[in-house]
Amino acid sequence: MAKVIGAIVVDNERCKGCEVCIPVCGPDVIRMSSEVNLKGYHYAYMETPQECTGCTNCGIVCPDGAITVYRMKVED
Amino acid sequence: MDIKDIIKPENLVYKNTELMTDNTLSYCPGCGHGTAHNVLMGVIEEMGIVEDTIGVAPVGCSVLAYEFMDIDMQQAAHGRAPAVATAIARTWPDKYVFTYQGDGDLAAIGTAETIHACNRGENIVIIFVNNGIYGMTGGQMAPTTLPNMPSSTSPYGRDTATTGFPLKITELVANLPGVYSASRHAVHTHKHVRKAKKAIEKAFKDTRLKKGLSIIEIVSNCNSGWKMQPRQSNTWMEENMFPYYELGDIKVNGKLVNKQ
Amino acid sequence: MAELKLMKGNEALAEAAIRAGVDAYFGYPITPQTEIIEYLMMEQPEKRTGMVVLQAESEVAAINMVYGAAGTGKRVFTSSSSPGISLKQEGISYMAGAEIPAVVVNVVRGGPGLGTIQPSQADYFQSVKGGGHGDYKLYVLAPASVQEMADFVEDAFDIAFKYMAPVLILSDGLIGQMMEKVYLKEQKPRWTDEEIYKMHNDWATFGRKNGRERNIITSLDLKSEKMEKRVHRLYKKYAQMEEEDLRYETIQCEDAEYIIVAYGSSARIAQKTVDLARAKGIKVGLLRPITLFPFPKKQLMELTKQVKGILSVELNTGQMVEDVRLAVEHKVPVEHFGRTGGIIHTPEEILEALQQKLIKG
Repeated sequence: MAKVIGAIVVDNERCKGCEVCIPVCGPDVIRMSSEVNLKGYHYAYMETPQECTGCTNCGIVCPDGAITVYRMKVED
Repeated sequence: MDIKDIIKPENLVYKNTELMTDNTLSYCPGCGHGTAHNVLMGVIEEMGIVEDTIGVAPVGCSVLAYEFMDIDMQQAAHGRAPAVATAIARTWPDKYVFTYQGDGDLAAIGTAETIHACNRGENIVIIFVNNGIYGMTGGQMAPTTLPNMPSSTSPYGRDTATTGFPLKITELVANLPGVYSASRHAVHTHKHVRKAKKAIEKAFKDTRLKKGLSIIEIVSNCNSGWKMQPRQSNTWMEENMFPYYELGDIKVNGKLVNKQ
Repeated sequence: MAELKLMKGNEALAEAAIRAGVDAYFGYPITPQTEIIEYLMMEQPEKRTGMVVLQAESEVAAINMVYGAAGTGKRVFTSSSSPGISLKQEGISYMAGAEIPAVVVNVVRGGPGLGTIQPSQADYFQSVKGGGHGDYKLYVLAPASVQEMADFVEDAFDIAFKYMAPVLILSDGLIGQMMEKVYLKEQKPRWTDEEIYKMHNDWATFGRKNGRERNIITSLDLKSEKMEKRVHRLYKKYAQMEEEDLRYETIQCEDAEYIIVAYGSSARIAQKTVDLARAKGIKVGLLRPITLFPFPKKQLMELTKQVKGILSVELNTGQMVEDVRLAVEHKVPVEHFGRTGGIIHTPEEILEALQQKLIKG
């Protein structure tokens, strides 16, 4: 049965650590990194990447347009 | 399956619109302005109308919109964007002209310009971001500030006895025949963003009908002005702003949407 | 072939604008200049040339409409009178800062406050010393006849686009309301969209044609170093205006022992004073600034070599007199005479003042 998996790429320097992407992620993949970018913001990252379905919710809600989303079908 | 196999051009499903410049947004972390910018520019990109689109930025947090929106733009004196846009649309009848304004700009100093552009049914789109406060100048009370809502000029909470009630300007202008469509949206979740995008797209398409002005209000947060974390402000917005500023269509294609 | 007509100053200006191929006018009623918008509405220029004419909800809206349309490369103007021009000052300052070519007409009435609807020249300071905020100047043309009310529209637009700056036509209720014969030029076509795309591609906001970079109309520069550069760029233009586009007229100055400096309606009246004085053997000449900025400073300094005194005649309590004094650096006595409050001084009153203040005094 085909399954959809996804991944996001966060522009670490553009992210301001606002966390607005966290509540819109169905499988609750995103967390703020313990690392900080040049401006001192903790940036978003996929804590449980295997759960990501590439649904783009986080991408379209990100105020700074810092998230790029990928998705592909795979045979289970 | 390794992430590197997923992150390939052929698997790309979303990236931010090309019509946003690379400039870092001056908005506070989590501020809805950024999302509203992205949605608006996404519509202009997808409609392929950048060659004929002119935006008018206000005075307020989005005064710097032209640093972020990669389109031809003018920066208007505080409150005067609807007048600026009126003249652009009248002298270039086939262009797409929009204003992007905050609540202080549109509903305080610019009230007359807003009402009269609407009343003349100007062929423009007004994007009105309502965060119930003056953001740029550091969080002062605005006409849209809620009763008892604190701000730097209503430190003990807005006292409606002395400052009146929050102004629902979108409902006000929706009653004017010149207004073709009026609706209120938000951009803090993916559902709201998708709805807002559809409304903005319709507003731009309706420009071609020349049947009047479209106004889209976006209720948004102001983390620094409200003195809250971004997610906390979005929750507060849902619990306090949405009851007063009801989301949804107010007027569609010239007809008021009646609410029982 | 120019057409000869008998017209009011305000109407001649409006007709000249249509014939000059102006693209748009945004105005608001206020005496004594409302004939401009009334005439335009009667003529329906949108039928004659496609010109847009719109009555705004206020002078504030009108000036910002000018800002918007002019920012797209169109030729746009507005008109008002003193109180209305006060309301437009912020918009004018924005246009100066954003380097937008446009024309503003002030048909001056008596002030301050609501004042009177009678003619006055009391807006001189507001016009040349910068009525709005910040470091800027306006190129100011002062018509003294119905003919000049007509001719100066096109002249103003030429200057506006040469320097990318707002230009002010400073008239008054007398020049605006009186009727005189006027030669009107032939109709010039308005710029087509394609012409605008070509001519103003590097600054005007009409949409990013042919994939060009975006154009931005703004007067904002939060970084002070950039703001200072912007201001210096403006002042380079003003220096160039003084070099290349100063306009003035001299009447019987060659052998003059006394000079009257007067513009607009005061200059018309003072011409009679020159004749009255010469009939009495007093050699008086008239220097008429046609542009108030740039001001004929060198010419005034030059005249100090031959004259015993200068009288600045203005329908106000003495404003241009200060610039005359600055120009001649106290080499000769400089005095002022002028009725105000809307009263028009007579040639005889001027002569009497000249005798009292300069000759007997």
